[in-house]
Parts: sequence; structure tokens; C-alpha cells
Amino acid sequence: MEQKIIDRRSFIKKMAALAAMTAAASMFPGIIFGYEQEAGIPKGGNIDWKKGPCRFCGVGCGILVGVENGKAVAVKGDPNSEVNKGLLCVKGYHQTICIQAKDRLTHALVKKNGSYVKTPIKEALDIVAKKMKQTIEKHGKDSVAMYTSGQSTIPEGYVASKFMKGAIGTNNLDCNARLCMASAVTGFLTSFGADEPMGCYEDIDYADYFVTWGNNMAEMHPVLFSRMLEQKNNRGAKIIDFATRTTRSSMASNKSILFEPQTDLAVANAICYEIINNGWVNKSFVEKHCRFSKGKIKMGYGLEDNYNFKDEPQSIDFESFKKFLKDYTPEKVSKYSKVSVKDIKYLANIYGNPNNKVVSFWCMGMNQHTRGTWMNNLVYNIHLLTGKISIPGNGPFSLTGQPSACGTAREVGTFTHKLPKGVVTEEKDRKLAAKIWKVPYERIPSKPTYHATEMFRAVDRGEIKFIWIQATNPLVSLPKTSRYRPALKKDSCFVVVSDVFPTPTSDVADVILPASWHIEKGGLYGNSERRTQYWKKMVEGPGDSMPDAWMFIEVAKRMGYGKLFPYTRENHVEEIYNEYRQFHVGPKHEMAPLDVLEKQSGVIWPYVNGKSTQWRFNAKYDPACKNGEDFHFYGNDDGKAVIWQRPFEPAPEMPDKDYPFWLNTGRVIEHWHTGSMTRRIPVLHKAMPHSYVELHPEDAKKYGIANGQKVKVSSRRGSCTLPASINERGLPTRGQVFVPFFDENMLINDVTLDAFCPISKEPDYKKCAVKIEKA
Amino acid sequence: MPIKSYILHFEEGKKEIVLKELHNLQNCEVIPAQNQNVLVVVTATDTEELDNNIYNQILEIEGLKHLSLVSGFDTN
Ligand code: SF4
Repeated sequence: MEQKIIDRRSFIKKMAALAAMTAAASMFPGIIFGYEQEAGIPKGGNIDWKKGPCRFCGVGCGILVGVENGKAVAVKGDPNSEVNKGLLCVKGYHQTICIQAKDRLTHALVKKNGSYVKTPIKEALDIVAKKMKQTIEKHGKDSVAMYTSGQSTIPEGYVASKFMKGAIGTNNLDCNARLCMASAVTGFLTSFGADEPMGCYEDIDYADYFVTWGNNMAEMHPVLFSRMLEQKNNRGAKIIDFATRTTRSSMASNKSILFEPQTDLAVANAICYEIINNGWVNKSFVEKHCRFSKGKIKMGYGLEDNYNFKDEPQSIDFESFKKFLKDYTPEKVSKYSKVSVKDIKYLANIYGNPNNKVVSFWCMGMNQHTRGTWMNNLVYNIHLLTGKISIPGNGPFSLTGQPSACGTAREVGTFTHKLPKGVVTEEKDRKLAAKIWKVPYERIPSKPTYHATEMFRAVDRGEIKFIWIQATNPLVSLPKTSRYRPALKKDSCFVVVSDVFPTPTSDVADVILPASWHIEKGGLYGNSERRTQYWKKMVEGPGDSMPDAWMFIEVAKRMGYGKLFPYTRENHVEEIYNEYRQFHVGPKHEMAPLDVLEKQSGVIWPYVNGKSTQWRFNAKYDPACKNGEDFHFYGNDDGKAVIWQRPFEPAPEMPDKDYPFWLNTGRVIEHWHTGSMTRRIPVLHKAMPHSYVELHPEDAKKYGIANGQKVKVSSRRGSCTLPASINERGLPTRGQVFVPFFDENMLINDVTLDAFCPISKEPDYKKCAVKIEKA
Repeated sequence: MPIKSYILHFEEGKKEIVLKELHNLQNCEVIPAQNQNVLVVVTATDTEELDNNIYNQILEIEGLKHLSLVSGFDTN
């Protein structure tokens, strides 16, 4: 009895310590506790430390996993990683704990007469292959679809693309990265003709100013934020937080500037106005390396099914761009953006001063925006007009949320319109894919089909009759889940879900396949700075769990495509990567060979002459520059970057008499996205056990709502009840509420709107109209 | 039998003094951060009164900037 009490007390002491460390980690991103790294390490143990990337966010920290007797017993930051230099955030430290969760999916489950029956994996894969084949035979190739993930590894994404586009011959492949960085992709492509940031994290070490655009990096990219804080403390670099809500990032910054939702478009234009009006344009850079364009306006918001849009770029000259900006004087913009004239001028001055080195960071605030592509273009405009781009310490930098949104979704191209190199609409790209895949090129369709939102609308309409969802949880993460949950439950669609844990999405599946967690398989991820990281399998997975890539291969074989997938179970990761590398031969995107990746803690592509290319488009650093000038934006045929004329347009749904609040949704440091992993890590779950609705204290007072009291948040689409959070972690402006989306028991996406950027098709989770009432 | 955990912020250069003082206290465990001026302190006492005493003793430590309670448990 006494022993039990002592054990319980020592357990609680440990919990108390972990709670404090969790809190400290959210206050000081990147904080290191020696104790924590050693927690759980058996005394006298013989630990083998294995290198890999963190499973969670797009920062892509290097981790070392301590393995003893076949079990992961500890995690620490990889001191050799240039990304995190040994630091980790609270999620990173605790990541491997989730694999031991009691409700881990260890065996395939097949729904029979309304209940799930444990089924040998081979049998379950037979069922999946048979169902997919039958559906194609009966309803055609475009009746089957696959929805994958920015958490899929590079080989997994590659095999998914080859399977759907090369073997079956349908473009019904899209991924959850559509929900988080598709606007960054279209932004890069429209401005530079080439995707992904030109700079790298080392920019942090040289910049004088960091302007974060709607980006709470202290919680979402904590290790990078701690690197910025280090520069703030050591060199006096300044952090300017430009956002719609006061967050931990605002509090740690030198200056916080708040703006009215959607008006970032206008403020960015006002900054350009000021740059031109004050003569701060870097004329020689603009003349040599830029051209001006405008596109269609009033594009709509994609709210209707089968919405279609194609931009029609038109060349303009500098004078017409200057004239267009006259509508965006700081005085005019200040009126509706609620940013003071002084603050707009302050921001413009930061960028305009030729002596300042400036990095702009952004992530979901700019990307999850019904004018997300435009917003990306506008920040590029600022950097292009001032020539502050592709230079150490100077550059626009879009961050990603998922560990391989760049490596898998963007580079391999698990989007409907993409191929591992180029797009399906280009004959030369289809020809290259067909050659490497050894399939007739006519098999790869030339038209994109469904982007993420439209894919689930097509399920609802009964057009898609089979969907395989892999490593993602759309019934928590899609906007307007109030429509898509009943859609996926319909008998008209057979649903396969492969995942590591049960989720609200697997709850509606016909077949659930048990997937390996990242250290239970080998793989490669690509992070926000074009860094590819390779890891080998570290521990065995439980039961019948299987790497996702191998599930695809097994199903492809059963469907008669075995010849296209001649890989071996033991070495498929390496074999697939070597095949994939052939797509990117050449100095613009060369990927590092495996033996180099094995030795180093990640390599930035293009990897040319044995070196990472840290700053693309700058002839000093990038061997692909060939025009004999200092800069060469070779993604575009004329070698020039595009400065876009993009106006301010309002959001599709704004607060009104009936729904008087803006709803903004987002994340918290403890939980990673829909929480399916982090909610199974006790210390993280205890630190943030459920979601909440943040209110401004004045609004709370007006409605008589006290902290912790239940509040019903409703839109025209659905409602969600959560406890109020007043003056706690974040502070929304008056007339705005904020809700984190990680909690599957409080589904805020039942409330959100499925409007999206017409160019990128990325939904806007940051703006819709809601009302609140005491529940 | 209360168990509490705190984040203790100390003044620049005072880590060693603060650590020494904390180690002299009974029923108190310390986990120093390696790269920030903070420590995690966990106290485990038998009564509310002792808990209060130790709290006050910590508050008196030279070099302490700020003490914030993070979690409290009662194991009775
Ligand atoms: S979650 Fe992101 S910041 Fe945290 S350790 Fe992992 S990669 Fe680094």
C-alpha cells in the first residue's frame, strides 16, 4: 500500500514537473531542459541515437531518437542540424510518446454489418483493391479518388501520384496541403515561375527586421521564433508582428500592429505606394529583373459547386501600376484597415530604407485567404520594388505547417494539376512522367480534376464512389465539415482510411488500414527551406501496421499494375527516391543523393557540385543563374519576376446584424493540427485539454460571459459550443473571436465557410461571420 | 499532501546562487533550463502549512525575479 502511495506521489511530481516544462516551453520556444531529455532513459542503458526529422511541423527540426532494446526511449534535438541546432519545442520533445497510445490502430478493420471486424492486413488490402477495381470498371477511372497529406513522406507521395496518374490514369489526387499552402505555391508560380522560398533559415542570422504577416510563429514555428529572439537579444534585430489578434508572438515582438481582417491586401498596397512615393524603389533592380502585370478582378469566392476560374494576365507598365496605387495612400487605407497612417508609414520605411535587411515571414494568415495568391504576390511586390530578395537576410519567406508540405505535396506534386516535375496540362511534363514511369503518355490525363474542397463536394454529389484518405483527418480539418461529414457517410462512396490512430474520419470508413508511424518506417521529408531529410526505420511498428507506400504498392499489384512498382519491401524507400530524383536532374532542382542525405542532417536543393543552394536566383549562390547578371529569375522564360497589380477586395462573408463577429481559427503550441497525435501525449493533452473561444474582454462583458463559461458560436452553417477564454493566451480585437481547431470534440469547422482563393483553391479559415450566445 | 510546480525566473548571472539556495530547501526539486534564465521547481510537502512555508522561502531567495505557479496537486 505504502509503495503504491510513493509511486503515485512520484508520478504526480513528474507530471507537475512536465507541466511546468511545457509551460516554460511555450513561453520560451526552444528551451532545453537536461532533465527532460533524460526522462524515461533506463539507468545504465545502452542507447543508440538515430537521426531523423521531427514528425510535426514544417520547420523540420532534426531529432535524435534514443532507441534501446527496440524501443524509442528518448528524443533530443540534433545539435548537427542547421535548422534547430539542438533545440526542440514541447511537441518535438514528446513526440514518440504517442506511438504507445492504447487505442493505436494495430490491425486492419473492415466494416461488416455496421461494426468493425479485425481483419488480417492482406485480406483488407484484397478488399480495397477489389473495390477500387470494380468501381473503375463500373463507373470509370474518375469515380475513384485519393486524398493524401503533407505528412506523407516523399516516397509515399511519389507512389500515390504514380499509382493514380500513371497506372490508373486519373488526376483525382489531391492532398491536405491544399488547405495550408496552395496560395504560397500559386503566389510563387505567378511571381517567379518557380515554387518555394528563394532563401533559407540562415536569413534569420543576417536580417535587421522580421515582419511577420498574420503569423503567430511563437506558437506555430517555435524553434524559428526562438532563433529570431536570439537575434533580437544578441544583435538588436527587430520583430514586427502584423496580425489581426494579439498573440504570444505579438507580446515577444518589438512592435505589434493590428489590422482589420482581409485589409492586409490594402496595407501591402499602401506600403508599395509609400515606397514609390518616397523614391525608395531600387530602380536598377526593377528595370533589369522585373515586369508588371495585372489579372482578372472580382473573381468570386468558389462558394458554388463546380466553380471554375482562369486568370488572364495582362502586361502593364510601371506608370499604370503607380496610378493604380493612388487608391492606396496610407490615409485612405487607414480608414478601413484600422492601421494608423503612422504605422503604415513605419512599415513602409522598414522596407524602403536601403540599409535595412528585411525578412517577411508568413504562413496560414496569408495563405488561408480568399485572395491568398494575391496576398502572396503583394508581399513579393514589396521585396521586388526594393530589391530586398534572394540576398542573405533579405527575402520573402513563406513557411509551411506540415513536415513535408514542400517535399511531398509541392515537389512530388500530390495535387490534381501536378506531376513530379511540372503540371499535367503541359505535354512535355506528361511525356517526362510517362517515360520515367514507363507508361503510355496518353494515359496521364491533361486536365486537372478536383482540388480538396471540390473533391469532397464531388463525394457529396455522388460523383466520387471510392476515396482513399491517407495520413490526414479531413472531417476535422476541412472547412464546413457540417456538409462533408454527412457526405462521407453516404452509401454512394466507399471510404478507405489509412492512419496511425482512430479519428473522426476513420469513424466513417468502410476499411481502416493501420499505418506505421514515422520512425517505424524509413522516409524523406522536405521542410520550408527546401531541405530534404532522410531517415531510416528506427523501431518496429505494432501488429499489422504497414508503411503507407507499401499499402499503395500492394493494392497496385493486386489491381494488375505490379510491373510499374518493382520495388522491394526492405528497400522501397531508397528505390523510389532514386527513381524520383530522375525528375529533377539539373541545377534548378537537383536533389541530393541518398549517401549524402544519410550523412548530413538534411540538404537544401538544388544540390549542385556537392553543395546546397541557399539563395536561389542570386548568381553569387545559385549556379542555375545563366543570364550574366547579378540575379536571374529563371522560373519565368524571360528571366524576370512579376510585380502584380492586385486590388483590395472584401471577404465573402462579413459580420452583420445577425452574425456580428468575425471568426478566426488556428492552432496552439501544444497541439499539432487536428490533435490526433498530440492529444495522445498525456503531458500535451493535460497542458491543453480542450479547445476554447477567445473573446475580447469588452465583448465578453457586453454579453455577460465570464471566463470558462460555455459559449455557443454559430454561423449560417453550424454551431460549436466551447468554454470562453478571456485575457488568457491570446486577445482578439473587439468584434472578433478566435477558436483553435485541434479538438475533435469541439468541431469549429462545422461553423467555418468553404470559400477559397479562386487561383489556389485554398480555403479561408480565418474569416467568416458568427454570432455568440451563452450556452 | 500538496505537490506544486513553478517556473522561477532569476536575474542574469544569478543561476548558481539561486540553485544553491533551492538545494538547501527540503522537499524541493529543481530542473534548470540549459539555455534560458528560468528553472522549474517542484515542491512536495505533507501539509498546506509546510507548502505555504516553502513557497515563502522560495520567494525570499536572492536573485529571484519572478515565481509563477504552473500546477498544483493534492495527493490526499
Ligand atoms: S514541432 Fe516544429 S518547431 Fe517543434 S520540434 Fe518539431 S519541427 Fe521543431
